[in-house]
Amino acid sequence: MKKFIHDFEVTHNHHITDDYFAIYLKCPVSLPQILPGQFAEVLVSNSTTTYLRRPFSIYDVDYKRNELSLLIKKVGDGTVALSKLKEGDTLNLIYPLGNSFSLPGGKKALLIGGGVGIAPMLLLSKLLHEKGYKPDILVGGRTSNDIVEPEKYKPFGEVFITTDDGSAGEKGMVTQHSLFSGKVKEYSAIYACGPDPMMKAVARVAAEHNIPCEISLENTMACGIGACLCCVVETIDGNKTTCIEGPVFDTRKLKL
Amino acid sequence: MLDLSVNVHKLLLKNPVMSASGTFGYGIEFDDFIDVNRLGGILTKACTSKNRDGNRYPRMAETPAGMLNSVGLQNKGVDYFINTIYPKIKHYDTHIIVNVSDSTVEGYMEVAEKLNQLDKITGIELNISCPNVKEGGMAFGTSCPMAGAVTKAVREVYDKTMIVKLSPNVTNIAEIAKAVEDEGADSVSVINTLLGMAIDAEKRRPILSTITGGLSGPAVKPIALRMVWQVSKAIKIPVIGLGGISNATDAIEFLLAGATAIQVGTANFVDPQVCIKILDGIEEYCNRHGVQDVKELIGALES
Repeated sequence: MKKFIHDFEVTHNHHITDDYFAIYLKCPVSLPQILPGQFAEVLVSNSTTTYLRRPFSIYDVDYKRNELSLLIKKVGDGTVALSKLKEGDTLNLIYPLGNSFSLPGGKKALLIGGGVGIAPMLLLSKLLHEKGYKPDILVGGRTSNDIVEPEKYKPFGEVFITTDDGSAGEKGMVTQHSLFSGKVKEYSAIYACGPDPMMKAVARVAAEHNIPCEISLENTMACGIGACLCCVVETIDGNKTTCIEGPVFDTRKLKL
Repeated sequence: MLDLSVNVHKLLLKNPVMSASGTFGYGIEFDDFIDVNRLGGILTKACTSKNRDGNRYPRMAETPAGMLNSVGLQNKGVDYFINTIYPKIKHYDTHIIVNVSDSTVEGYMEVAEKLNQLDKITGIELNISCPNVKEGGMAFGTSCPMAGAVTKAVREVYDKTMIVKLSPNVTNIAEIAKAVEDEGADSVSVINTLLGMAIDAEKRRPILSTITGGLSGPAVKPIALRMVWQVSKAIKIPVIGLGGISNATDAIEFLLAGATAIQVGTANFVDPQVCIKILDGIEEYCNRHGVQDVKELIGALES
C-alpha cells in the first residue's frame, strides 16, 4: 500500500476523560483506504522534548467528511502536547502504515482492547459487522476511567467490560471475564491490542482453546516505514518489523 | 547555471546530498515520499558476509534531540543482497554505495569482492565504526593498526571507490583518518554514532537490550562538525560529513568545515522528505550567496 505524508487540519480535539482524548483530523486530499490495525506516525511539533514521531493506531475513519481520528492516552510530554492541539491547528502524519487483521474463519469473533489498546478495534468491529460477521467486543481497563467510549462499538456488536478493580463491568483481567468460561468456543478468531501482559494472557487462552489469535503490537519505533529496524519482534521466521510486517501478528508465529 | 556536482574520488555526484547507512533502508522504503534519483547517492543498510539477526528488542531509545540505537547490523547477508535486493534498486539513477561490515577481515573482504562484480554499485563504505556488535565493527575503527589493516585488506580485492566510515569514539580521529588514507582509502565518512546509554529510572533498568548504543541526531552535530573540520585538515582524500544534519544550514556548515559531500541520517526518520528539502535548501543558499559552484563552499570556513 502506498504511504503518504500530509499536514492534516485538526477539526476537533475531544477530551474524553482526564487521561484520554481523540483528535479528529481532516485530510488535505482525498483519504486513501485505511484498514483496521493500520497506524500513523505523528510529528509532535509542540513539544521540545519529543524528537521522533509517535505511532498511533487509527481509531476511526469517516470517508464522507474526509477525516480520520486518533485515540490517545496522555503518557508523556508528546501526548500531553498533542492533547493541547486546537481546532484549526495542523498535524503532520505519515500514514497509513502497517498491515491489518485477517478475517475470521467463521461468523463469531472476539475483539479485546485494553485501555488505549482498544483503538484499532473500532475499525475492525465496523468492518466485521459490514461483512456480516458477529463480533463481540471486550473492553478492559484498570478502572472505569480506562474504559474509553464503549458505546462506539454497540452498533457493530455486543460490548462487554472488565476492570481490574471492578469499578465497571466484571472485576478482573480480560481473560478472567465470564466469556472465557462460557461462549469462548463459539469464536473462530480472537483479536487483541493492549499492554503486553494482557496480550500474552489472551494468546495463551486462545491457544488453549485452539482459536486463531492476532494481536497488534506497540513496539517503540523510530521511522515507521521499515528503514531503521528498531521495532523488530522475534517470530518463528526470524525478526520481523512491527511497522511494515506488523503491527498485527498471528500469535502462533510469535515467540511470546 | 549553478553547479551542484562534487567529486568523491572517482564518483561524480550530481549534488552533495546522500542518505546515511541504516537510516534509509535500500532507498525503496522512501519511494512513496521522494524521488530518490535526485540524491547525490544512497548508502545502503550495512551488508555482512552472512545473515545477521541483529540485537534483541528494545533497540531504540529517544534522547534529547536524538536517539540511541542498537540494531546490530541486521541484514540477510551479501548473497541475499546480490540476488534479491540489488535487482530492485539497480534502476536508480544515482550512486548506490553499499555499507560493508563484518566480524573479521576475511568477512569484509568476501563482501567487498562480491560487490566489486556489481555494475551499479559504484562504491562501498567500510563500516569500521558500528558500536553495536560484540565482534568487529567499532573494534576495527578505534585503533590505527586495526583500521589500517582492514582498509589495506579490502583495498586488495576492491578496485572501485572505497570510503571508510570512521568512529568518533576515539581519542584522535585525525590519526585514524591518516591511517586509512595511507592504506588506500579513497574517502572517509565522519562520523558514525557516539557510544551512549539510556536508563529507565522507574524500572532501574537500561532501556536498550544491549545496555549501550549509538547516539545520533541533532544532539551530536557540534561534535561531528568539529571532527569533520579536524579530519579534513589532516588528510588529502575527500571527507563526507554526517552527524545530526537536519536541514540545509546544517549541510552548508559541514561543507564549510571541509566536507566534500554530506549524508543525512536520523533526520530521515522524522521527515522522510528531508533529503530533498536539504538539496533544495543548498541550492537556495548558493543562489542567495552568489555561489556558482557548490565546490566553492568546501572548506571555505573563514577565520
